[in-house]
Amino acid sequence: MPDLLIELFSEEIPARMQSRAREDLRKLVTDGLVEAGLTYASAGAFSTPRRLVLSIEGLTAESRAVREERKGPSTSAPAQAVEGFLRSTGLTLDQLERRADKKGETFYAVVEKPGRQAAGIVAEVLEATIRNFPWPKSMRWGSGSLRWVRPLQGILCLLSDETGAHVVPLTVDGITAGNTTEGHRFMGLGRFTVTGFDDYAVKLKRAKVVLDTAEREAAIWQGAQNLAFAAGMEVVPDAGLLSEVAGLVEWPVPLMGRIGEAFLGLPPEVLQTSMKEHQKFFSVRNPKTGRIEGFVTVANIEAPDGGEVILKGNQKVLAARLSDAKFFWENDLRVAKAGMGDWAEGLKSVTFQAKLGSQADRIDRIAALAREIAPLVGADADDAEKAARIAKLDLRSAMVGEFPELQGVMGRYYALEAGEKPEVADAARDHWRPKGESDTVPTEPVSVALALADKIDTLTGFWAIDEKPTGSKDPFALRRAALGVIRLVLGNGVRLRLVPPISRGIFEALSVMPSERAQETMKAYEVVAERLPEVLEADVPAFVENDRFSFRALGSASGSLLSFFHDRLKVFLKDEGIRHDIIDACLAMPGNDDLTLLVKRAEALAGVMKTEDGANLLQGFKRANNILTQAEQKDGVEYSFGADPKFAETDEERALFTALDTAEATITPAIQAEDFPEAMAAMAALRTPIDAFFTAVQVNSDNPVIRRNRLNLLHRIRAVCSGVADLTRIEG
Amino acid sequence: MPHDTTTPRSFQEIILRLQTYWASQGCAVLQPYDMEVGAGTFHPATTLRSLGSRPWAAAYVQPSRRPTDGRYGENPNRLQHYYQYQVIIKPSPANLQDLYLGSLAAIGIDLGLHDIRFVEDDWESPTLGAWGLGWEVWCDGMEVSQFTYFQQVGGHDCKPVSGELTYGLERLAMYVMGVDHVMDMPFNDPESPIPLTYGDIFRQTEEEYSRHNFDGATTEMLLRHFEDAEKECGRLLAFAPDDPKSGKRIVMAHPAYDQAIKASHIFNLLDARGVISVTERQAYIGRVRALAKQCADAFRLTEAGADL
Repeated sequence: MPDLLIELFSEEIPARMQSRAREDLRKLVTDGLVEAGLTYASAGAFSTPRRLVLSIEGLTAESRAVREERKGPSTSAPAQAVEGFLRSTGLTLDQLERRADKKGETFYAVVEKPGRQAAGIVAEVLEATIRNFPWPKSMRWGSGSLRWVRPLQGILCLLSDETGAHVVPLTVDGITAGNTTEGHRFMGLGRFTVTGFDDYAVKLKRAKVVLDTAEREAAIWQGAQNLAFAAGMEVVPDAGLLSEVAGLVEWPVPLMGRIGEAFLGLPPEVLQTSMKEHQKFFSVRNPKTGRIEGFVTVANIEAPDGGEVILKGNQKVLAARLSDAKFFWENDLRVAKAGMGDWAEGLKSVTFQAKLGSQADRIDRIAALAREIAPLVGADADDAEKAARIAKLDLRSAMVGEFPELQGVMGRYYALEAGEKPEVADAARDHWRPKGESDTVPTEPVSVALALADKIDTLTGFWAIDEKPTGSKDPFALRRAALGVIRLVLGNGVRLRLVPPISRGIFEALSVMPSERAQETMKAYEVVAERLPEVLEADVPAFVENDRFSFRALGSASGSLLSFFHDRLKVFLKDEGIRHDIIDACLAMPGNDDLTLLVKRAEALAGVMKTEDGANLLQGFKRANNILTQAEQKDGVEYSFGADPKFAETDEERALFTALDTAEATITPAIQAEDFPEAMAAMAALRTPIDAFFTAVQVNSDNPVIRRNRLNLLHRIRAVCSGVADLTRIEG
Repeated sequence: MPHDTTTPRSFQEIILRLQTYWASQGCAVLQPYDMEVGAGTFHPATTLRSLGSRPWAAAYVQPSRRPTDGRYGENPNRLQHYYQYQVIIKPSPANLQDLYLGSLAAIGIDLGLHDIRFVEDDWESPTLGAWGLGWEVWCDGMEVSQFTYFQQVGGHDCKPVSGELTYGLERLAMYVMGVDHVMDMPFNDPESPIPLTYGDIFRQTEEEYSRHNFDGATTEMLLRHFEDAEKECGRLLAFAPDDPKSGKRIVMAHPAYDQAIKASHIFNLLDARGVISVTERQAYIGRVRALAKQCADAFRLTEAGADL
């Protein structure tokens, strides 16, 4: 069984693209080989800045011969049908076989594909792989038309078996495959010939190239830790940086240096960010002081002076970078200590979004909203407003201008310098969170109030100007904002009805828009404000159907945003194991804009539906509901009043009356107290009497009085259950 | 070819060594373009000559102006007027990286002692409608050059592809000579009868131009000049190619491109004066790009820019 070695040698491949490229190379080549009828035992892909490598072991030497048979039309079929069959098979009439069967005689096409040597298949598959490689960005070079991530300079392609190593004959855009390669750009010793993967890896290492990324990563991490340890320090772990740096070097040589005394007063986040983003340095912490005091840089060369010149150069570049950072920090501190007034003024002239006004307009909206939300999350309203007014100011600071990823972090430092309370300063840092699915949710009340206000304002703003996410397009990250609100509310058990801030936010956003539609909608807002309690108890879109057009604009925008929240909530709860129909059953209940309440109800409902009583009750309920609905449709009346136990004929009927009384007595106060498990349990307890009732009693009695009484009794079942959830929405 | 690998003693020695090196590699050593530009790429020897299929190889120093970078001569390495060294070769030769590394050796960088790295950097010029892929080249963690394979210029695909090298001369020279402040860098040989530092030559002009760029330049006039350059560019390109006087076919691509360069520099000045808002900025860049594209279109109709 031959082994296959492929090396695609190029100019420097961007570090961030290497891991994906390894996987793509492995998949494209092995898929191609298998499709062509070869099999293999194992395949491993490797990368360095200058090469992509694939090693396949135990490849079959040739593909199996394949015999394909296709049944065609009957020999007596019209000429057209026969011609069609010839076209599709590419054969001529005399090449077809005729076989007798039950119906007469039929044409068969038999194609024999002989087995092929692996070399030919490998050449075809590799050429197709190179020509169609899915680089995120590729380029042409020189006079050629081939595309690669950077100029492709050489192809090594070897099949080796017991008879020796054989170059696979292959030429792509003027590059002919061979059996030679070169090592490190500066420390390698010219081109060398290889005979197989083991030989290749050994010779590469001799030529100062560590082929395996994991091995380079380990060497960097171990080397960095050793250097730090010897100086009584520790390296700050950074997996992303480690993988990037491993993609920048073929022969890693970690070197450690110290940060100049003058810069040690900078915030640690600034030191770390500057060193990582600009220089790809690891940060080194002194455990005694807790400060970042050193760095590790990783060179790609073993210099005869032990790296002294390299380290000195890097130290100098770092000093220049940190001088800039220090300059920004000191200037920013001056503005911060003076109360950050310059920045607040500056935000007036920064556009947030053309139709939504300036950053200052946005801050006003968020401040008002934060005040409203504050009492609901246990925050002081003044603190929440203050936090809103200062939280975005760091956007104007020089430091955030240089390092946008430090927004929030810097905001906290500057707020403290401006003399703000710690909880207000913390809110400046934390109101951006949760930044992604893996980020945690803030819990400090002022931060929660501000984070909610900020995200709700973003959503209402973009809803007001009709910039909703569509399909895969979500340029303003509105799905993330909505999920942020959901996680903030549920994570902190916040009791917040979303409709008031939503409709108010949309109104506020519209009020900065001079359009006619906005003006109309503003008028409508006053109506909404007046009739808010009514709006709250109704399904918003349904409610506005009955009202005048202008009112509808605001109402439907609010309703559409509320539905967006509900959709996001369904996705979120699905991940938590709650079915969408369970949520639908709860969404139909009043107060569905209070997400905490909604989820409490849904969790209780999901819980009870998992019990045997719950599942059976659902069947009983549906039966009662169907009979009742049919009767109501047929009779054109609503049976909603006057079920009277005195017309009960059987014990089962009487027992149901009693059970409903008992259930109602429990459910009403339990719902009031939001004790949904209690209410659900009481509802589920109806299962036995309902089942017994249906077994013993014919609802549609010949006696009209008794029939009416029984239908009214069914209505009581519907009414009692409907106080808990809309069971008609549950599937099954 | 053997090179002097000792450390250069002055800024001009670095320039001279680069000139000699690239001349020895077969480049036509051109002189700077005689207009205000933001970077060496704007020189028609790069922008226009990277279009069409005619082979091309040129190297030159280009004085470059970035009005917003003025720091009154105080910042150790930020200047509103500085020098770029530019090399452009079409089609890009297969050994361009090696040629480039040879140039570093030629200015005294010992490739066995320093850590040279090619770090991903995609280049894009929104004003030129141009982009390419390549790297920034690091020497001991310091960016010393930009290395780009042009893919598109003025909206046209580059076929063949040009390789472009850009050295920031002051920064590179300061690093090679171990100078901390640009103004302290020897410009000529420090042992000359009249030794001159970079500061002796440029400190005063940095002050004058910083004040001019931030506060002095008349914005109304600049706005007017921008409009004029824009109009003139279009007008020159609207001429019928047949010239009645000479009887030749003459497309005025270069004179029109001069106007595009002018508009670009005026835009940079207006930007430094702080009179261009964030939203207007994009519109101005778009207008300059439109000019650059029209000039590229016109140049493709000329002999120098045609496909052979």
